[in-house]
Amino acid sequence: MSSAVRKVVLIDSGGANIASLQFALSRLGCQGVLSADAGFIRAAGHVILPGVGAAAAAMSRLREAGLDTLITSLSQPVLGICLGMQLMFDRSEESDTDCLGIMKGEAHLIPATPGRPVPHMGWNQVHAANDSPMLSGITSGAYFYFVHSYAIGKVPSMTATVNYEQPFTAIAEQDNFVATQFHPEKSGPAGAQLLKNFLART
Amino acid sequence: MAGLLDIPFCVAGGLRTIKDAEVVLNYGADKISINTPALSKPSLIDELARRFGSQCVVAGIDSLVQDGQYRVHQFTGDSGKTRHSGRLTQDWVTEVQNRGAGEIVLNCMNQDGVRNGYDIEQLAAVRDISRVPLIASGGAGTKQHFSDVFQQAMVDGALAASVFHTGAINIGDLKQFLATQSIEVRP
Repeated sequence: MSSAVRKVVLIDSGGANIASLQFALSRLGCQGVLSADAGFIRAAGHVILPGVGAAAAAMSRLREAGLDTLITSLSQPVLGICLGMQLMFDRSEESDTDCLGIMKGEAHLIPATPGRPVPHMGWNQVHAANDSPMLSGITSGAYFYFVHSYAIGKVPSMTATVNYEQPFTAIAEQDNFVATQFHPEKSGPAGAQLLKNFLART
Repeated sequence: MAGLLDIPFCVAGGLRTIKDAEVVLNYGADKISINTPALSKPSLIDELARRFGSQCVVAGIDSLVQDGQYRVHQFTGDSGKTRHSGRLTQDWVTEVQNRGAGEIVLNCMNQDGVRNGYDIEQLAAVRDISRVPLIASGGAGTKQHFSDVFQQAMVDGALAASVFHTGAINIGDLKQFLATQSIEVRP
């Protein structure tokens, strides 16, 4: 048995704030290693596609590194967070960007209204729409932290929703791919539990 | 700090360049708040928003009521240097949003530190012209003050420091109180 700390590979798509995710993983006894190396990513037990940044910039960075086709072909558990989630869908309205197309649906700009400032930044309740092992040990209606201007409406892969004047997809799941619009690494104990649930997937 | 925190945090003060911002963000901060440097060089807001996204850029605004008008002040970190920036608060609120700020923290200086309640009138006026989240600052003294500012000025958040640091208000008690007033707060 190796005593080495378990590694989780974070795909380098050029976004900021990788440190928060690395700290969250280290609180769970794992090491988050940032990489754009195809072989290293393919060999990982768990892969995270993080996301703080802009869709077009992230997609062109992934394409230049040949990582777009790599990601869609991965068979181990893959978690997309925030922009990383949106990249897993067909398309984003942000700079009209074609995305990875793993899940069906598009990200659209949230229209600002007097009761709904954009970007949406804050703690909102997430409710299960389907039974999901990702929400195991988490009460339906637990609060998670959101930061985004674009959102995905109701899609076939949706397993949990959030309401920000209108319902959006909070968690989507398809085969080995999982995506969260919120930031589990910033969502207190509920977020830590969700990351634990992801790491428990095989 | 970032290694200990599993909730979002914002770094304010002393950030003047993209490089400064990059350093604190790479250490795990979620947002950066800029105040005086943005008044000296407004394009800094555009640059920060382009590089890191609007969600990252908080405009801190210190506003003082003078001659019946709300005026933006700068160098407020040092009482000897504090002075009027030459800008009206409402104009600056509109400009920072147009330049890409994703959140506004409005510190109402007349109320700051006196614990007499938030400046509801001013915050409501700024709320009307803010399409990004607005955080109230200055004046919290009682739990009722928080309830008032959420319900009357429709702000997205209320900032307080001294009442929490001194223990005058317990954060858990405050959240419970606000929940009884039908204000949504994370338990």
